[in-house]
Amino acid sequence: MSGLAVQVGALARRSIVRTLRQPAMVVPSLLFPLMLLSINSSGLDSATRLPGFPTDSYFQFALAIAFVQGALFSANSAGTNVANDIESGFMNRLALTPLRRVALMMGQLAGILALGLIQALTFLLVGWAFGAGFEAGLPGALLIVLLSLLISLAFGCIGAFVALRSGSGEAVQGVFPLFFAALFLSSMSLPRDLIESDWFRTVADWNPVSYMLEGIRSLMIVGWDAEALALGFGCAGVLALLALVAASSALRTRMVRT
Amino acid sequence: MSEAAIEARGLVREFKKGPRAVDGIDLTVAPGEVYGFLGPNGAGKSTTVHMLTTLLPPTAGTARVAGYDVVQEGPEVRAAIGAALQDAALDPFLTGREHMRLQTTLHGMRGEEGRERASALLERVGLIQAADRKVGGYSGGMKRRLDLALALVHRPRILFLDEPTTGLDPQSRTALWEEVQRLAGDRGVTVFLTTQYLEEADVLADRVGIIDNGRIVAEGTPETLKGEIGRPSVEATPADSADLGRMKGVLARFGESVAGSPKAATVRLSGGDAQLADVVRALDAEDIKLLDLQLHAPTLDDVFLAKTGRSLEGAAEEEEEDDDAGDPAGDGSRKAEAIAA
Repeated sequence: MSGLAVQVGALARRSIVRTLRQPAMVVPSLLFPLMLLSINSSGLDSATRLPGFPTDSYFQFALAIAFVQGALFSANSAGTNVANDIESGFMNRLALTPLRRVALMMGQLAGILALGLIQALTFLLVGWAFGAGFEAGLPGALLIVLLSLLISLAFGCIGAFVALRSGSGEAVQGVFPLFFAALFLSSMSLPRDLIESDWFRTVADWNPVSYMLEGIRSLMIVGWDAEALALGFGCAGVLALLALVAASSALRTRMVRT
Repeated sequence: MSEAAIEARGLVREFKKGPRAVDGIDLTVAPGEVYGFLGPNGAGKSTTVHMLTTLLPPTAGTARVAGYDVVQEGPEVRAAIGAALQDAALDPFLTGREHMRLQTTLHGMRGEEGRERASALLERVGLIQAADRKVGGYSGGMKRRLDLALALVHRPRILFLDEPTTGLDPQSRTALWEEVQRLAGDRGVTVFLTTQYLEEADVLADRVGIIDNGRIVAEGTPETLKGEIGRPSVEATPADSADLGRMKGVLARFGESVAGSPKAATVRLSGGDAQLADVVRALDAEDIKLLDLQLHAPTLDDVFLAKTGRSLEGAAEEEEEDDDAGDPAGDGSRKAEAIAA
């Protein structure tokens, strides 16, 4: 194994271990999406009677929200972990080793992906247990996991960026509600073409979170919808790339060793 | 190694919208020497250490560590040094052994070599029994010892310890001192130690640099520095506290008044300890009965007082107040700004 691979492996292991050892980080990221799913699917079931609603099960429609909401917790988790490393001086300790910056970034992302995988598998199991259909079958379910991981990566990198720029866990916590605003201003509760309010529909049309949700939904409700998948993966991929570049740049500034 | 282990010339660090934290420091540390960098909070000790360990580029001046330029040859400097910076930088969710394994891996020690090195160092700092416990449950002393072990993983020639015993109980402090002495004595490691504790500098350091407001105000062996001041102080406590005013008047004839117990009169003897008998005779002549009389040899605090006009402890309190004013969040954001700048 190359030196870089060894460094990435060591930091990924640390990132995964420390994430899994923080129940306060793992449990809410599973529990809150499931609570919202439970509330939405029981309270908004009558929405399925709207003409043009794509399914007769609101649970199946709302299940996608859990994947994206869970991924939003990645931003908090990644940001808090990075901020803790800065505040405690652990980042300086790492900076004094022959560590390459790219290894540090990749190692941190491994923790995000581990949490994202736990979330995606949990929500798939819950969906399956409560009778949600997966029109695209097992390959579709695997694609849902992949898309969820990409969304987790995107939001995780945003969290890491905020932490690296500010060096503060409080700043990360302060930004966290904005992610939820983005979720609520999307096609979370209704398909975009059924949103009556013009301004809300316009915001949802421009909101990349809408397309992430619709990508996951398409695999559950429609089957193989190339456009929805392209938009879902495209939005998540572009956001992940931009956030990764921004976080890497912030890391370069933060880890200013000569 | 014939050249200096650490050499700085005109080292300066300015922060944006901030003070000149380090203001033209010149210092030379010989190989195998324990150099104590003594000063109050906010004097510029940690900023100097950050520059010497390549974590912060200097604004001006040059520094060479282990023969390498800290700006041009950062990786070579880092390979030669170990550092335990202020506040043990540990992950509370990892065990001591996991910290050691991460550190050995990042320093290129793999498999059995890394495991053996980790165990040997944990044994050496007395943490082998606690090695598999999460660090969040460690005491302050245990964290500091683990911090030291982590700094030693790659067998550095030069060790930077930034206030290694701040907040430790006396027993932990003594244990750490012994380890530092062992490192310097048996293994010839050069130690650059910052501290705000006079006793620590006195016990550990071969030479001491006293820093205040970013400048070195005195440098030498503790004995030389104290010898330069040369004058002991006498502290006299009257049997009857009503005599304290008269006693101060008598003692004022023998030297300038210095800080001491509020129940006693304390002066630095202008003529040295030979004056002690004269002091006793003068008090006797005034019929002032003594409860206690003590002669204090000069300390590094006296050196600090002589060089800056303030006592080190008083300066520390002032600096803490200044820090609070400049860092309203109280979260060290000034330090964070320094790292990010």
